[in-house]
Formats: sequence, C-alpha cells, structure tokens
Amino acid sequence: MDKQFFNSNKLPFCPGCGHHLISQNTEKALSKLQMDPKDVILVTDIGCHGIIDKFANFHTVHGLHGRSVALAAGISLGLKNKKKKVIVFIGDGGATIGMQHILEASRLDLDLTVIIHNNMLYGMTGGQASGFTPKGFITTTTPQESRTRNYNICDLALSAKASFVARVIAKPDFSDIIVSGIKNDGFSLIEVLELCPSYALKMNKNMKLSKILEDLQEEEFVKTNPNYKWDFYTNSTENLLEDIKIFEKKYNNNVNKTLCIQISGSAGEGVQTAGEAFSYAAILSGLSVNQRGSYPVTVGVGFSTSEIIFSPENESTYSVNTPDIIIITSTDGFSVNIEKLKNFKGILYLDLSLQTPQTEAKIIRYDFRKFGPKNSAIFALFYVLKDLQFFNIESLTEALEKLNLKNKVSFEKFKEDLNF
Amino acid sequence: MESSKKIFINGSFLIIESLARAGAEVFIGYPITPANYLYLYSSKRLPLTFHAPDEITTLQWMSGLSASGKLPITATSFPGFALMIESINMAFMMELPMVIILAQRLGPSTGTATCGASGDLLLVRGMISGGYPVPTFSISSFQDCWDIPPKALETSVKLRTPVIILTSKEITMTNRSFDLNSLKEIKKLDRKFYESNENYIPYKPEKDFVPQFLPLSTTKHQVRFTASTHDQKGILQHSTREALENTARLQKKVLYNLKNYTYFDYQEDGYENLIITYDVSSSVSQEAVRELRNEKISVSLLVVKTILPVSEIYYEIISKYKRIFVVEENLSGQFCEILFGSETPKNVVKINSIGNMIGIDQIKEEVKKNG
Repeated sequence: MDKQFFNSNKLPFCPGCGHHLISQNTEKALSKLQMDPKDVILVTDIGCHGIIDKFANFHTVHGLHGRSVALAAGISLGLKNKKKKVIVFIGDGGATIGMQHILEASRLDLDLTVIIHNNMLYGMTGGQASGFTPKGFITTTTPQESRTRNYNICDLALSAKASFVARVIAKPDFSDIIVSGIKNDGFSLIEVLELCPSYALKMNKNMKLSKILEDLQEEEFVKTNPNYKWDFYTNSTENLLEDIKIFEKKYNNNVNKTLCIQISGSAGEGVQTAGEAFSYAAILSGLSVNQRGSYPVTVGVGFSTSEIIFSPENESTYSVNTPDIIIITSTDGFSVNIEKLKNFKGILYLDLSLQTPQTEAKIIRYDFRKFGPKNSAIFALFYVLKDLQFFNIESLTEALEKLNLKNKVSFEKFKEDLNF
Repeated sequence: MESSKKIFINGSFLIIESLARAGAEVFIGYPITPANYLYLYSSKRLPLTFHAPDEITTLQWMSGLSASGKLPITATSFPGFALMIESINMAFMMELPMVIILAQRLGPSTGTATCGASGDLLLVRGMISGGYPVPTFSISSFQDCWDIPPKALETSVKLRTPVIILTSKEITMTNRSFDLNSLKEIKKLDRKFYESNENYIPYKPEKDFVPQFLPLSTTKHQVRFTASTHDQKGILQHSTREALENTARLQKKVLYNLKNYTYFDYQEDGYENLIITYDVSSSVSQEAVRELRNEKISVSLLVVKTILPVSEIYYEIISKYKRIFVVEENLSGQFCEILFGSETPKNVVKINSIGNMIGIDQIKEEVKKNG
C-alpha cells in the first residue's frame, strides 16, 4: 500500500507560511491513523491552501472560492462510508464567503473535517481584509488598521452544534488534534491561526498570534458537542403512480366540442379545489380535462382563478382563446376580470353582491355566497352544471366524495336549493 | 388495445416518476414556485432527498454527490437558477452528471412566481463563461414530461455533464387528465464506471471526447475533480496547451455527440409556412396548426425538444420554407434570436407574449397575415 500522502517534500508555499505546518500535520495525522491515501478525499478551493492538491496522492477535489465545505458535504453524504475521510482545506476568506456552509455542516454534524487556514486576510488575492480580520489588524484594504471586529468561527460552529471544534496556533506538531478531528464521527472544525509572511508580517511588524488571541480574550482549545445522528430522508413510495386515483367513465355527457369554464373568486374560498372537483366530474363523464390555476403568490389573500378546459377529444387543449363561461363569486374575482369582461361574449355567472360590469356577455345572477364564502365556488359550479347540463350532476357529487369534500361543504343545502 | 386508464395529475408528477425510473438517485432542493411540486414528489419518490438551505449549497451538494457516484437532480426557477450558475460552471468544468429542472416563471427578478413564461433560454445559452453550450431539453407536453427526462439523464451520464430541463409553470402546476396506458416503459440507466487496471487519467477523453468516470469511492485509482483550468490529470494549469485543449474539449463533446441527443417533433405540410416552437407554446401552436389546416392553409410544425445546442437538422428543415414563425412565450423572441441572430430575417415572424399564454387566434392571424 502506498502510504505516501504527498508526492513531494517541497510544498508550494512561501517560506515561513503556516500552510506548511498544516499540510505536514495533516500528513502526520493520516500516518498515525494508518490511512490508505485512496480512502482520503481532500477538498480545497481558491486560496494559497488550495495549490496543495497537486502534491497529494489522495483523491482531490478543487472547487469554488468558499464553497469547499458544501462540496465536501455532498461528497460525505454521497459516500456515507466511515472508512472514507473527507478533509477540507479552506482559508479564512473562503470561510467568510461560505459561512452558511460551515453552519449547515455543523447543524447536521456531517462527517467531515474542515481545517481553516486562518491568516486573517485574503492572501492569494493581495492581502485584503476578511471577516476573520481582527480589529486593529493592518491589511492592504485596511491600511489604517481594521476598524471592525472579526467572526469567532469556533463559537459559531459550536452554537450550530458541531461535534468537534478546536482552535490552535500553527506550531510544529498539532497532529493529535487533527487525529481527533478525523476520528470524530461527525463535523470537525479546526481553526489554525497563522500569519501570512507576504502581507500580514510585513504590515503588522512584530505581531504575535498569542498576542492577538490575548487581545481578543480568546485561547486555544478543543471543545465538543455530542454527536448528532439523523437518518437520511428516503422514499416513502417506489411508484408515484401506485396510489393514484383511476377514473373510469361512469356518466354520459352532452359536450360535442371543447369548452372552457373560468371560475374566479377569492383565495381561501376553495376556488382551486372546486375547479378540481369539476375536473374530476368531467373525467368521470368521459371528457378530457386541462385545469390551470392563476392566483397571486400569497396563499390566502387576493383573487383565485381556476380555468377548466374540457373536451370530448382524447386530449383537451392546454389553452383556449377565450373561455365560454366565466363565473365570478367575489369582489376579488371581479376586479381581476374587469378588462377581460369588456370583450367577453359568452355566459357570465355573477354573484348577486357584484355590480354589473361593462361586457358583451349574457349575464346570469345568483346568490352564490348564500352558504358562506367557503361554499361559494363549489356551489356556483353546481349551479352552472345544473343550468347547462354538460354532464350529470351526480358526477360532481361523486367528485366531492372522491376528494373527501362532501361532508366539508354544505352539500345537502346545495341539493335543496337547486333541487337536484 | 387496452382501454384507457384516466388519471388526473400535474406535469411535475410525471417528470419525477420518469426520472426516478430512469435512475435519478437523489433530489437536493428547497422551495421555490413553480418548482414546489417537483420537490414534493421527489421527497416521496427519489431514493434520497436532502433539504438544502440555499441554491448555492444545492448545486454544491449535488456536485459532491455526483463526484461520489450518485445521480442527483434538482428543480428551481429563475431566482434560484441565477444563484446556481457559478456552481453549474464548476460542475460543467469538473464534468459531473446531474439534471437541473428549470421551471420558468414570469421575470425579470422575482417577477410573478405563479405566472408562466419561457424567458430563460438566453440565460441558459450564455451561462457558461466562454459561451460553452450545456445540453438543454424543453418539455412541451405532458407526454414529454414522461419521455424527455430519462433522455436528459442519459445525456448527462453519457456526456459527463450537467444538463438542463426547461419547463414552466404551465406544465409543472397544471392538472390534466392523462391516459396511464400511454406511458411507455422506462428502462433504468445502465451506468458504467472506469474498469481498467491501467492508471486512471480523470480527464483523458475517449473517441467521443468524453472521459470515463470514476467516483471518489474507488480505492483502485487516484481521482481528481477540478473546477479551474486543468490538464488531463486534473492538475491546475495556467494555460498550457494540454489544459486549453481540455477546456476546448468541453464544447467539442457537447457538439460532437449532439446527434445522439437531438429530439424534436416535425410535422410536414407543404413548404410554405413553418411554425417553430418549444415549451408550453407548442400546445397552442399545435392547435393553431390543426385549425389552419382545417381552413386549407398548409402549415408545418417543428416542436424543438433538444433546444441547446441548436442542431443543424433544424436549419435543414428551416431551409425548405418560405416563411418561418417562431412562437415562444417571452417578449423578445429568444429562440428566434438564437436561431437567426439579433436582426430577424425578413421571412421570419416572431410571435410572442408575456404574462399570458399565446392565443391560438394570435398564431392563426399572424400566419394568415404573413403567409
């Protein structure tokens, strides 16, 4: 077995950069764990830390700036194999960009180990301040010292319930912390503090990492939360078609061409469900149907329109030029149709409460709201079906039963009122 | 013939069942109208579902799952899709199979979530930096909801690339009666990984310009996936010849194999008038053609299902006609622009609409006026 984790002793970092120490300690930790390099997946992204991957003998995935934790999360979820170890190298810049991904992986306690190379600035792009830059730190974009405080990523991860969180100042040997992180059967975050020799050390003379921690009233530590186990969401059916309702033709119809009914009312008054019931009835009567809804994004406010096209052809069309019948049961439904009604030449069924619109339609008025708003749409459809006799009204009753609605609407009152 | 078995469902239902049968293994998603039914049915039907916190995470998790050998899908609409684009570029560069269903709605911006549109084609055409085409399929009917997704999944695996399925609110949220017996059997995709003992080179192409795939679960060979410019081994390069050839190959593989995934319906009726359409405008176009023919006006119909890249077959068909009508539910005529450029040729008529489905009469009038 090839136990060499890197293919070169000469790593691609600037002299004095802490990235050397992280790579060396990771290698040491993997050796201690006697890992097979091909059981290790290193996920990196944009930043100096990421150029390590070409020196690696394990699997490497080199992704987008800040997204490596999410990419690694997908790999961990996909492999679901305790033998495989997914390790992420990310910078503090990347961790700033992809903070959400770190919190999400913490919340779900996903099995991966993230090592943040925190040199408190964006190194590769020119020494700019990151969300990890502490107050008082000089970077190329905060030449007069950073005026804002830094994220405490360890606190954030711990509060999101990551099961292993450590902060360490880069030093010759901290491999045991990485060993513990990799061994942890959950999300491990290791924040390694270092100073970038190309930018930080040049701009912040005599800066010491221990002093930075002291000023922040922080320290090196290893903390844990209990491991969090959850089961993957798996399918509840092997076939969506299995439990679906099959409609057998049971009633005759009097429809000899494609027709379209549009019913408009208020959201929350059962317009879509009424349209669905009418569609069921049409199918039970041997017709083909297309039911299209139109409503605002809000669930219970504003207008709601259901357009039902029904046809004796094998397949109904997906749309028509204009409906043959428009039913309006409320003010919301009225307002949304004012323009459309002007040139409408079909039959307009209008609730008694509504004013007479400008229209070329034949108007039929009735009190569709007499059994309350929630009954208005379905009652109106019973009324229209009784009036126009497209198919047997029994089919609509059966549709209500199929939808478990018969007891939820005032069906007996409809029957009495319309005498069917 | 077996008697018909009528069901009443929306298009999302058929799309997810067909993808599941074809071998889609995991749905990653989050709610966005009008893709919510796709999410709902996936969570019941796909072997695995993961609930992502946002769009970028969705695509990143999908990429990770794809790299580990799974076949992931997601469904979104423009606002979410826009946020996914950098990660789609990554998956395209890493050559990761996956299917992204883009359920279009009225834009710009958040527009109207519950109003249909076909407004995202130019975005999809231009979304890869460098202008590389991504195989994109368009669903134009409920039958397509069943037939097209497995072909999309297959293309994704065969070409090692993300693919897009374009649909819209008018399909994903519309209920229709449908004959269960009209559904053809779907075979599960037979997926093969690299099997040779020879050293695996992750981006070494085969004759069809597609490299063989090996997931990260292997212990036999080293595997690399790389988002930045890279050589065949997957090692980052600035701009070496090998690396640039590898990048250029991404376009080559999509175009070279196009003939194997070009799907369309073509109904020929004389060589006077040709209606070209896709997405939900296809159904109204079909109806308009039927009515026009009843009025003894000859009209041919080309319903494009593989919409990107544009197949040369479409141009061969177009070249036969005196007049072309491009019917699509957006303001500027996006497919028309892709086909013919920014200046519409004199024999081409654009038929467009926003916020309303294009009317059958609107199409008929244009054909009569110009035909």
